Amino acid sequence: MNLDFTPDELAFRDEARAWLAANVPAECLPSMDTADGFVAHQEWERRLADARWSVVSWPDEVGGRGASLVEWVIFEEEYYRAGAPGRVSQNGIFLLAPIIFDHGTAEQQERWLPPMATGETIWAQAWSEPEAGSDLASLRSTATAVDGGWRLNGQKTWSSRAAYAHQGFGLFRSDPEAERHRGLTYFCFPLDAPGVTVRPIAQLDGEAGFAELFFDDVFVPDADVLGEPGDGWRVAMSTAGNERGLSLRSPGRFCAAADRLLGVYAEAPDPALSSAVVEAWVRAEAYRLYTWGTVTRLADGGDVGATGSINKVWWSELDVALHETALDLLGDEAEVASTWTDGYLFSLSGPIYAGTNEIQRNIIAERILGLPKEPRGAARGEPG
Amino acid sequence: MNFELTAEQTGFARSLDDLLSRADALAVNRAWAAGDRDPGTRLWSRLADLGVTALATEATPVEMCVAFEALGRYAVPGPWIESAAYLPVALPAANLSESWATVAMPYALDADVVTDVYAIVDAGLHQASAGDRVTSVDPSRHLFEVTAGEPVEHGDLDAAFDLAVLATAAELLGAGERVLADTVAYVKQRTQFGRAIGSYQAIKHQLADVRIALDFARPLVFGAAVDPSPRAVSAARVHCASASRLAARVGLQAHGAIGFTDEYDLSRWLLRIQALQSAWGTPAFHRERVLTSLLDAR
Repeated sequence: MNLDFTPDELAFRDEARAWLAANVPAECLPSMDTADGFVAHQEWERRLADARWSVVSWPDEVGGRGASLVEWVIFEEEYYRAGAPGRVSQNGIFLLAPIIFDHGTAEQQERWLPPMATGETIWAQAWSEPEAGSDLASLRSTATAVDGGWRLNGQKTWSSRAAYAHQGFGLFRSDPEAERHRGLTYFCFPLDAPGVTVRPIAQLDGEAGFAELFFDDVFVPDADVLGEPGDGWRVAMSTAGNERGLSLRSPGRFCAAADRLLGVYAEAPDPALSSAVVEAWVRAEAYRLYTWGTVTRLADGGDVGATGSINKVWWSELDVALHETALDLLGDEAEVASTWTDGYLFSLSGPIYAGTNEIQRNIIAERILGLPKEPRGAARGEPG
Repeated sequence: MNFELTAEQTGFARSLDDLLSRADALAVNRAWAAGDRDPGTRLWSRLADLGVTALATEATPVEMCVAFEALGRYAVPGPWIESAAYLPVALPAANLSESWATVAMPYALDADVVTDVYAIVDAGLHQASAGDRVTSVDPSRHLFEVTAGEPVEHGDLDAAFDLAVLATAAELLGAGERVLADTVAYVKQRTQFGRAIGSYQAIKHQLADVRIALDFARPLVFGAAVDPSPRAVSAARVHCASASRLAARVGLQAHGAIGFTDEYDLSRWLLRIQALQSAWGTPAFHRERVLTSLLDAR
């Protein structure tokens, strides 16, 4: 048992640290959910990609550097420590790309991955529907087979990044006779395709971080189906616990936030809040160490499986606690809009997206503790 | 980077589990509480044969944590933290594989069964003599007031303290894991309103929270074992105290009234977990140590 990095890993860390120190913009970029901010974040992705830092764990041919899982975690830690911008490409590179790697054809990989790596194509997820949230398998949007492809109809909602993104991905019911998890197909589609209407939705912070999508006979060619028709649920779930997906969210962001929280405390120590500061730091440290355990298991051929749910509850609640504590420390100034209020509002979405924490606790109780299922068909997990 | 136990370490954990489950450790705990120390002393010899008393000096803190987690899982009685974690480092000259010793923190645990009693005075170690018995919330812990005597030549007391803190954290982790395992088994078989109570979300979500808290306690313990700095051991101690207390609260709640009885075995872990909350430094002390270390490093 050890927590040591190899000389190669240390060299990788130093290279990442030096590049980030020289390149991270001194000023915060405007919000990625505004027209200007979206473009600014796309430009940042381009800069990362030019230096091959945008998708370090991908193979060289599609814009990465074939970094190991350990190196990926190291990179993420350096990235957030450097205060680098949020990733506008996140839905694509963390949620969709693992599925393209596992289930995409060679042609799809060649067509979709390189522009995703450069930030030229930004992807939005399209999972939820008005009547299908935690119970994702009850989704109703349809796909009807036509000559050379499919026609999509229906409505998706809470589609992150869709207000400005170029492409979407999600599940549609391709077999109207099949129920729930069966008869679903995984589609990729341009958000400017004829028949797609994007209606941005202002979030708690007033910005259009997500959107509603309306599909009116949208044609999608067979070439844009991921995996086999009818096999969409399995395709989506096969990487729901993927190591580079949200279920193994790198600790870097939370460690960096814990460090900034200590900075706030050091500026104006409030003994009444010292316990909360320490608790938040300890939880971030626990997450960092826990991740090394997961990385070791994965390197030994294990998989994340249902423990991804344990991870997700922890980081999402940790993120809220870190920001609440920082705002408490700011006293009278806490109300004034700042990176802490921005971060706080964003943190509040964590326990909801990527499978609510209630769904995650069901998964933990049933699949890890082995407790009996609800008597009637209760919701299982969901991606995205 | 390899943050999993080695095959040898998991093998050691299995041997301990094997020994303790066959030794009926809980009967040993109850006998100890009632004043019959023979079964506990015999168990101590068997664990010493397995090398547990020599881990602090002859193995790494990782093996020591494996052992203390097992001691917590089985609610083994006796001054283990004192005699097998603190004193081997604090008193390198002492032979603690042959006989037990204890140290007052501030009360001396099980001073009536040990050969030697020590007290920490002004950052030095002194001989001490046991005085009046003080009743612990956990009847398997017999506490005594002490009077310090002559100073003794000692080793690195700071390192010894950190090892004892880490052992306490590991013991709390083991106790919490045991409460969770027993509670999961209980809610699967206990039926109300025609269903196993473990099928209700109200129960599931509480137990999931315990699973989460303990899963993040473990890496703090073993991270501190790999690098036993004061900050790391105190962080582990803080989180193991709160995670085990959550396990105890949820475990009791899920059991209902049966869990509140002396006779039902869950009570042994509930009392042990509470007793260890303040052993080897209170959570407030350890939080302060973490904070000071973090601010000093800035």
